[in-house]
Amino acid sequence: MKLYEKHTTYPITLTLNGVQRSAPAEARMLLSDFLRHELGATGTHVGCEHGICGACTVRVDGVAQRSCMQLAVQADGRRVDTVEGLAVSTGGGADSELGDLQQAFKRHHALQCGFCTAGILMSSSHFLEQVPAPTEQQVRDMLSGHLCRCTGYTNIVNAVLEVAAQRGLVNKGRIEHA
Amino acid sequence: MKPAAFDYIRADSAEETVSLLARHGEEAKILAGGQSLLAMLNIRLAQPAMLVDISRCKDLDYIRIEKNNLVIGAAATQASVENRATLAAEVPLLDMVFPWISHLQIRNRGTVCGSIAHADPSAELPLCLTALQGEVVLRSKAGRRVLKADQFFQGMLMTAVKPGEIVEEVRFPLRREKARYAFEEMSMRHGDFAIAALAVVVTDAAIELTVGGVADRPQRKCWPRLAGADLEGAINDFAWELEAQGDAHASAEYRRHLVRQLGRQLIAKASA
Repeated sequence: MKLYEKHTTYPITLTLNGVQRSAPAEARMLLSDFLRHELGATGTHVGCEHGICGACTVRVDGVAQRSCMQLAVQADGRRVDTVEGLAVSTGGGADSELGDLQQAFKRHHALQCGFCTAGILMSSSHFLEQVPAPTEQQVRDMLSGHLCRCTGYTNIVNAVLEVAAQRGLVNKGRIEHA
Repeated sequence: MKPAAFDYIRADSAEETVSLLARHGEEAKILAGGQSLLAMLNIRLAQPAMLVDISRCKDLDYIRIEKNNLVIGAAATQASVENRATLAAEVPLLDMVFPWISHLQIRNRGTVCGSIAHADPSAELPLCLTALQGEVVLRSKAGRRVLKADQFFQGMLMTAVKPGEIVEEVRFPLRREKARYAFEEMSMRHGDFAIAALAVVVTDAAIELTVGGVADRPQRKCWPRLAGADLEGAINDFAWELEAQGDAHASAEYRRHLVRQLGRQLIAKASA
């Protein structure tokens, strides 16, 4: 049992994109606000704060979920992955190379304003691990947990399906690199 | 908006949880998956003085078969039940219902018992528990009591849970031999709250229809194997008994229409 008293901050430690990070937070602080305001990881966006829009979706211990629908204190000791971790680092900063999902989103114009994109990428990254060869309907069901007001979804669906196909090919060793 | 301040306690076991509830009474609110509660905290519809987080209680995180029931502990997520390979053979109705519950990302964290305890009249899991006449186990410092679904649900967001009690587990009866199941829901968009949701169980002797999203709690009706005009009349009477209310999403008349149309279609499907 551990008590966190109101109006008091406690150190919260989690592994953010593979790096251990720690910052103080009150028990009532949402994970989304903790990531953005305390850890400076502003890639995760905050939309509705009641679980509908999906913009704040991150992966906690690998599982896609809303960061606005849990407390930072609940993520203490957990592994949290956000959009910042999708790029493949080749020396850090501007030198990073976009991950395959991000490249496909760019190629297919699967974003316009980009507000919803971080959440969609995190859902998609978990989804493709669970369902490596999805049908279009499965992709659309997964995307139903995300609101995008720009794209009409078609290009997002195409991008996710293309990555699934590419990864399938890569896994079977038919092409060298995706 | 952001939640109002509260004391937060991370409990490590069910025993510890009921001891905390015995000490703090109505001040304390249970937090499991938080997929209904966090939304209510964020808009300050709920402002509990204390949250007792049971999501890390290992002794509440279980799914098992026991005495002809699928038994689900308070910390088990919806996704962990949904992804159970044998679910369709064990509780077919539950297997049909999961894709309709909110969205994947919510089911990844939300718990089955949490949805039952929240008792939203349009939620699918309370409907499913009522349709199958499942049970809810309530535990307090003093002991346990077991309630049937129709005793547990008492109204909109109202249940038989007393101060000091937690929903420790829910029990969904396993597939009945020769029974056939069907489910259908109407909502504005996939994952939205149901305007009307219907579950049907057809056996050699009976037709059971359960409706969610219309009355203040799921309502179940059981008939002999009626057909034709008799069946239509019975469904129509049931549709009126539900005392549907109109709201921003649908009129009362439309809800009655859905009960009649979907009810007839589902019964035909399950009887075929």
